[in-house]
Amino acid sequence: MNKVDLSVSIGTLQLRNPIMLASGTVGYGNEMAEFIDLNTIGAIVTKSLSLKPRKGNPPQRIVETPAGMLNSIGLANVGVEEFIKTKIPFLQKYDVPIVCNVAASNIDEYAECVNLLTDENSIKAFEINVSCPNVKEGGLQFGNDLAAVGKVTAKVRAATKKPIIIKLSPNVSYIADFAKVVKQEGGDAVSAINTLVGTSFNIFTRKPKIFSVTGGLSGPAIKPVALAKVLEIKRNVEIPIIGIGGIMNWQDVVEFMIAGASAVQIGTLNFINPSAAKEILSSLEDFCIKQNLNKLSELTGSFLI
Amino acid sequence: MFTVNAPVKELIELDHKIFLQKIYCPEIASIVQPGQFLNVKVSNSYYPLLRRPFSVCDVEGDYIYLMFNILGEGTKLLAAKKINEPVDILGPLGNGFTSEGDYNTAVIVGGGLGAAPFPFLIKRLTDKKEVMTFIGGRSIHDVITYGMKNLFTSTDDGTTGFKGNVVALLKHKISELKKSKIKIPLKEFSLENDFDCEVSTECAMACGFGICQGCPIESTNHKDKYLLVCKDGPVFNIKDVEL
Ligand SMILES: Cc1cc2nc3c(=O)[nH]c(=O)nc-3n(C[C@H](O)[C@H](O)[C@H](O)COP(=O)(O)OP(=O)(O)OC[C@H]3O[C@@H](n4cnc5c(N)ncnc54)[C@H](O)[C@@H]3O)c2cc1C
Ligand SMILES: Cc1cc2nc3c(=O)[nH]c(=O)nc-3n(C[C@H](O)[C@H](O)[C@H](O)COP(=O)(O)O)c2cc1C
Ligand code: FES
Repeated sequence: MNKVDLSVSIGTLQLRNPIMLASGTVGYGNEMAEFIDLNTIGAIVTKSLSLKPRKGNPPQRIVETPAGMLNSIGLANVGVEEFIKTKIPFLQKYDVPIVCNVAASNIDEYAECVNLLTDENSIKAFEINVSCPNVKEGGLQFGNDLAAVGKVTAKVRAATKKPIIIKLSPNVSYIADFAKVVKQEGGDAVSAINTLVGTSFNIFTRKPKIFSVTGGLSGPAIKPVALAKVLEIKRNVEIPIIGIGGIMNWQDVVEFMIAGASAVQIGTLNFINPSAAKEILSSLEDFCIKQNLNKLSELTGSFLI
Repeated sequence: MFTVNAPVKELIELDHKIFLQKIYCPEIASIVQPGQFLNVKVSNSYYPLLRRPFSVCDVEGDYIYLMFNILGEGTKLLAAKKINEPVDILGPLGNGFTSEGDYNTAVIVGGGLGAAPFPFLIKRLTDKKEVMTFIGGRSIHDVITYGMKNLFTSTDDGTTGFKGNVVALLKHKISELKKSKIKIPLKEFSLENDFDCEVSTECAMACGFGICQGCPIESTNHKDKYLLVCKDGPVFNIKDVEL
C-alpha cells in the first residue's frame, strides 16, 4: 500500500503513477520485464506502429553526442497485425496500461491503424506520433504543419473512443499553437517532446556519422528545451501534458511536473538503467512524504514565476 | 541478464596499451558463455552517457576479464578504475559461440581487439577439440597472444609472423587445413569449402539487449527485416548474415 497517492489522470486515462516508458525505448515490453516489474509502472508506450511492418534505416543508426544521443531507427517495427498477434499476448499478462504509439505516412493511415487496434482491451490510449518524415501532405513533416496536425487529430478522434494523445515535435517555433489545435480537434492530451533534429560528422572522413545524415537528439542534452516547451503549453493551453526529454532521475520528474506535466515518459535512460523507473518511483514517494504532499499530482503546474 | 556492481580486482597491461581488467563477478562468471558480451557503465555520472559493450575475454572461477585498449573517453575511464572500485555491468548479453558439434579442429581467426573473446572460447574448447589460432595486427605490438593456443601470427608490416593480413595467412595454411573437418570464421572460405563457420560482429549500440533497435545487421534469409547484433548476435552463423 502506497503511503502517498501517486496516481494521475491524463484526460480519461487513469494511471497508478506518472512514470510512463517512452515509445522506442521499451521495445514491446518483454526485454524490460527482465529488469523491472511492469505492474509497477504507470504505462508502457509501444514503439511507433505502422500499418505495415518497417525494416527501418541501415546502420549506423545511433551516435553518442555530448550529454545525449542521436538516433535514426527509421521507425523499424513489426506492423499492426504482428503486434496484435505476437506482442499483445505478452503484455496482457501484466496489469499495466498499454499506450499504443502510431505512426503513418498519410492521414488516412493513422486512422486505419487506430481502427484496427481500438478493440484490443489492453490498449488504454493512443499516442499519435506526428513527427515522422516521408509524409505525402506537401512533403512536410506532419509535426511542422498546424493544419495537418489538426486533421490527424480529428481523424483519429473519429476512429476511437479511447483517449488520444498527440506527441508533438519540438522542431517548431511555437509549440503551444499545436497543443491548441489538438485540443480544438478533440485530442485528450499532448506529449512533449519528441526528439530534436541533430547531426554529427566524422572529422577525418568528413561524412555524417549516421546513415540518414540527421537523426533525433535525445537524453539530458534536451531537458531544458523540453521543460521550456512543457511550460509554454501549460501557460497557453488547458490540456494535460506528458513531459518527455532527458529525464534521468526523480528530480527531473519533479521539475517536469512543476513546469506543467501531469505525467512523464522515460526514454534514453531505459537503455542505460533499465530498472530506473522503479528507483525513481520510490524516490518520488519519499519526496512527497518529506514535502508533505498527499497527492503527487498537486505538483503539476505548481511553478512560481 | 541483470545489472551488477562488481569490483575491479586488477588491471594488467599486456603489450602496448592493451589492458586486461579482472573483475570479481560471480553472478556473471557462473553463467556467461564465450562470445557473449557485457554492457559496461564506465562512469558514475551520465558522462559518457551510454554504456560500452565489451566481450567477456576470460573467466576464472568467480572472476571475469575484459580486454581493451584506450580508444576514447569510455575506455580511458574504465582503465582508470581503482582496485576494489565497482563497475556497473549489464549482462551477460547476446548469443555466444557454439563449441559443441561434429568437428575435431576449431580454427579461430581474429585481428586486433577482435581477439578479445578468444581466450575464454579456447579454454572451453580445448578439452574436446583441437584448436588453431590465427591472429593478425598492424605490427608486432598489436598482436594479441594472451590466452591463445597453437598460434599463428601475421602483421601488416612484417615485424612478426607472416607479412600480410590474417586472411592471407589463413589462405597460406588452407591446404593443410582442408584435410580435416574444421570451424573457420571467414565467409568466403567457409562458403567455398563448406566449413561450418561462426563470426562475431560489432555495431554501435545503445541498450545492448534489444529495445532500442540501434544495432541492425542485414540478414541473408529475411530481406524484409534486420537482425539485431546485440540480441540475435553478436555471434552469427556466417551464412545467416551479410557482412
Ligand atoms: C558486441 C561488442 C563487443 C565488443 N568487445 C570489445 C572488447 O572486448 N574489447 C574492446 O576493446 N572493444 C570491444 N568492443 C568495442 C568497444 O565497445 C568500443 O571500443 C568502445 O565502445 C569504445 O569506447 P570509448 O568511449 O573508449 O571510445 P569512443 O569515444 O566511443 O570512440 C573512440 C573511437 O573508437 C571508435 N569506436 C567506438 N566504438 C567502436 C566499435 N564498436 N568498434 C570500432 N570502433 C569503435 C569511434 O568511432 C571513435 O573513433 C565491442 C563492441 C561490441 C559491439
Ligand atoms: C532509439 C530511440 C527510438 C525512438 N523511437 C520512437 C518512436 O518510434 N516513436 C516515438 O514517438 N518516439 C520515439 N523516440 C522518442 C522518445 O520516445 C522520446 O520522445 C525522446 O527520446 C526524448 O526523451 P528522452 O530524452 O528521455 O530519451 C525514440 C527515441 C529513441 C532514443
Ligand atoms: S543495442 Fe539496442 S537493440 Fe541492439
